[in-house]
Amino acid sequence: MADLTALTRQALSEVAACGDLAALEEARVRWLGKKGTLTEELKSLGGLAAAERPAAGARINAAKSEVQGAIEARHAALARTDIERQLAAGRIDVTLPGRGEEPGGLHPVTQTRLRIESLFRRAGFDVASGPEIEDDFHNFGALNIPPDHPARAMHDTFYFADGRLLRTHTSPVQIRALKAHGAPLAVIAPGRVYRRDSDMTHSPMFHQLEGVVVGENISFANMKAALHGFLQAFFEREVAIRLRPSYFPFTEPSAEVDMSCVFCAGRGCRTCKLTGWLEVSGCGMMHPNVLAASGVDPERFTGYAFGAGIDRLAMLRYGVNDLRLFFENDLRFLKQFRTFSA
Amino acid sequence: MKIPYSWLADWVPVPWPPPELGARLTMAGFELEALQEAAPPFSGVVVAQILSVEPHPQADKLQVCRVSTGSGEPLQIVCGAPNARAGLKSALAVVGAQLPGDLTIKAAMLRGVESQGMLASAKELGLAEASGGILELPADAPVGQPLRAYLKLDEAVLDINVTPNRGDAMSVIGIAREVAALSGTKITGPAAGNVAPAHSERLPVKLDAPAACPKFAACIVRGINNRAVAPLWMRERLRRAGLRSISPVVDVTNYVMHELGQPMHAYDLGKLKGGIWARMARSGESFTLLDGNAITAEANVLVIADAEGPVALGGVMGGLRTSVTPETTDVLLESAFFSSAAVLGRARHYGLVTDASQRFERGVDPTQQVRAMERALVLLQGIAGGAAGPVAVTESAAHLPQRASVALRASRLTRLLGVEVPRERVTRTLTSLQMQVTPNADGWQVTPPAYRFDIGIEADLIEEVARIVGFDAIPETHAQVPQQFRPLPEEQPSEAAVLEALAARGYQEAITLAFVDPQLQQQLFPDRAALALENPIASDLSVMRVSLWPGLLHAAQENQRRQQERMRLFEHGTRFEVTGAVTQEIDTLAGIACGARLPEQWGVTKDMRTAADFFDVKSDLEALFAATGETESFVFEAAVLPALHPGRSARVLRRGRTVGFVGELHPALAKRLDFTYAPVLFEVDFAALAVQRAAYQEISRFPQVRRDLAVVVDESVTLSTLAERVTLVASSLLRSLRIFDVYRGPGLEKGRKSVALGLIFQDISRTLTDQDVERLMASVVTDLREHLSARVRE
Repeated sequence: MADLTALTRQALSEVAACGDLAALEEARVRWLGKKGTLTEELKSLGGLAAAERPAAGARINAAKSEVQGAIEARHAALARTDIERQLAAGRIDVTLPGRGEEPGGLHPVTQTRLRIESLFRRAGFDVASGPEIEDDFHNFGALNIPPDHPARAMHDTFYFADGRLLRTHTSPVQIRALKAHGAPLAVIAPGRVYRRDSDMTHSPMFHQLEGVVVGENISFANMKAALHGFLQAFFEREVAIRLRPSYFPFTEPSAEVDMSCVFCAGRGCRTCKLTGWLEVSGCGMMHPNVLAASGVDPERFTGYAFGAGIDRLAMLRYGVNDLRLFFENDLRFLKQFRTFSA
Repeated sequence: MKIPYSWLADWVPVPWPPPELGARLTMAGFELEALQEAAPPFSGVVVAQILSVEPHPQADKLQVCRVSTGSGEPLQIVCGAPNARAGLKSALAVVGAQLPGDLTIKAAMLRGVESQGMLASAKELGLAEASGGILELPADAPVGQPLRAYLKLDEAVLDINVTPNRGDAMSVIGIAREVAALSGTKITGPAAGNVAPAHSERLPVKLDAPAACPKFAACIVRGINNRAVAPLWMRERLRRAGLRSISPVVDVTNYVMHELGQPMHAYDLGKLKGGIWARMARSGESFTLLDGNAITAEANVLVIADAEGPVALGGVMGGLRTSVTPETTDVLLESAFFSSAAVLGRARHYGLVTDASQRFERGVDPTQQVRAMERALVLLQGIAGGAAGPVAVTESAAHLPQRASVALRASRLTRLLGVEVPRERVTRTLTSLQMQVTPNADGWQVTPPAYRFDIGIEADLIEEVARIVGFDAIPETHAQVPQQFRPLPEEQPSEAAVLEALAARGYQEAITLAFVDPQLQQQLFPDRAALALENPIASDLSVMRVSLWPGLLHAAQENQRRQQERMRLFEHGTRFEVTGAVTQEIDTLAGIACGARLPEQWGVTKDMRTAADFFDVKSDLEALFAATGETESFVFEAAVLPALHPGRSARVLRRGRTVGFVGELHPALAKRLDFTYAPVLFEVDFAALAVQRAAYQEISRFPQVRRDLAVVVDESVTLSTLAERVTLVASSLLRSLRIFDVYRGPGLEKGRKSVALGLIFQDISRTLTDQDVERLMASVVTDLREHLSARVRE
């Protein structure tokens, strides 16, 4: 029988020297396998005297289990290193861009329109719409603008051969909504309108917002509160408003609505032409003729109406300085507005 | 409308400096558009007198003047103006003077003679567009006084926007009346004055269309000097009001119009044949206007005629034949009232907008024709002399507009404004606007002055009260809105949800014009009628779109031009479908995909970087359709549309009704429109996205079984036919059917294709056995063999 102590020492040192799992497995086979050195030692017990066998057997088994323990410990250590090596090899550059489709977005004018619609819906308004091709009656006549009325000169109208026209404002929806639903009523009607005009501040097609509120006691004071409330909610800040007397054939009294400039807080800047005010809307108490043309008794009901440029509100909201940008559909422009809606 | 501050101050005490005056007028409905100075900035210019004039020794066109500025030695000034003469008072820019246009005056040698300053023309001082010589000042101009002070060039000129309902305010007196009402004073005005008739000559005037012209004041003035020049103060006022000085007669009529709002006209008496006849035109009657344009009148037009025919388009413009010239010595002055109905639209019909037509259209005070005439006679005599006859008025009183009285109820005033205005305040306000006000139990009975054509109903009076009291005085009060739940039909998807779904798939929303290029549209949709605009803004924007594709294609082209290689655009808008006389406005959703399937990026396979095709876009549409909750109600079937590739386009149907199209742009068009990659287009009716509310179906707890099957069929067998048969035969146990490969090529007969199907079976109440599934698969195979001549590929 060989020197067990020396063998054990040699086995332990070989196990400790194993650099990977394959070498360790070889060492295990060499020492503890069926024909392993320590296994052979056990087999040699048969050559010993019966009295010596138990003690020698116990010694050999102790040596085996010591080596076994060392192998297991070494195995665990090597396995850990191995995973670490694999992990290290599997490292990726997390700063590379993600894969797949690039998201699109909504047009800033649409985003503005949808925002306006939500604000008014939350205040109890319905959202209505009307045709873009109108007849003379709805676009002008019912709105108290007879033929040859000087106010028509302010509307550069697109006409079709049969006398129909592209609506020059969303105001016809006042008539249509009242005819359809009667009073009381609170609706807004956003939509595309058309005028023969094209320069930095005019597009032949643009977006308007019409608002109509009719009830038994709707007053100018209500109109002021609604417009002020809307503008503050839209711009998410305190703004001052002022109403200036003006003239629209379909309202009486009529007013232009100015809002304190959102860029300079009313101190005067280029956007507000140093006045501190921005003109944002036209409004007024509905003319009795218009109520009557819509089938509403002007003695029993009163109402207000207002109109505002959605594109203009979008320009102010996003700081866009040229209206035409909205309709050029330049992707470099449109991509700037890819945000969640509120 | 431009009003010099001093002119206004002639008519009413103005308690406010110009900016405050402008602000107050703005808040009363007369928006101040600009506040300008009467002249551009300049300095160092004084009133000076030419003492003597000598010829320049070296230059024929120059003169050497000795010029007094009132103190010190006279200055030597070299001047080239033809009107420089001894005794003339003019404007001298002394050495160091700053003139408009960044000009600094220095002492200079002009052809060897020193000039110690410059005698200035009106043009050089920014007081005129052109001038024929140096400025000529009146003989009493104080030598040495700075010119700015003498001519009051630092005064403010208010440019006021007068709304079309307020014709009465298109004059100095009109704005003065507003100032009086706002400040609680009264208008004063210069002393009226009149000219005693120097003769009794009259021209007969006949009013043949008394509704259109119910009043005509005329006066003959003989022996005027129409070559005279209006005094500087008048020319300056006209200039500041934006009017050009032309001749004494024209200047005076313009001055009176601007001051009193009464347009006037002057005829050369010598050229008038017979009397004056205000009548409707005879249809086809033609004559030439002052501006040299010949017009052919229609029967609805009022003309002023003499024995030979029309001499003026009533209330719009005079005629050339009887126009006043510098040689004119005898004139007939007209100060008439034309009803707005007779003038409305007529000027514009002939492409004319004149100061007169604008005023008559909006309404001129029917009571002040004589006053205006008298004012004109006084002014004209002072400039051009002459002998005026009597002011002869011909009128048809019954046809003159009458202002009816209007009832104003206190309760209505409160109800409409939402605030109670004290009764005394209402009375005072309306009275300050020259209305006759009679209080009664309910409120007031109010008669507006003759010139207020805009006051006809109660609301008009309420506006007047609110305007003068001030809109700022009206509080903000929230309307009481009843709590009411309005329907929110789940069937109608929210617009935002649909648009955002497309955006999430990479599409960017565009907004294109509703009118498009007729040529492009014709190429895309040769068989669809389009509505053409009568007066388009440009020929390539002249027809209404029958589809959103022309606009989207144009937008894509523009973006390609801007070096954008990959595009996904969509639009939500109206298309205009024409059937005979009926135009339908259809709410439409359309899109275009152009360029690579995926944006350029690392780590994707090559085929993902090739151009997007039909199936990429179909998948975007399918995603929308899936969100309706009823994918199976949508069908794609091969269709031929001139705009699209005939083999790569489909009609989309929902429950059997056509709701849209999808396909690749026809290669010929893609080439003509210069697209690098053939775009794929889709268009669907927005209404087709109506939602079928989801209803819960039980989920099976038993395992599913999958069997794959590759069948070879003829090319003509569409996938939908194949799927239909499989679904029919495989019974309700077929949970889903997947197509995971379509193969053509080696190993297959020509004209045949192999389709790999994945069938997934599952039962709701038990675990399916192999036999169950084998039986189903066998019947599928048999059916396909029998009906579609399919062969199973091993």
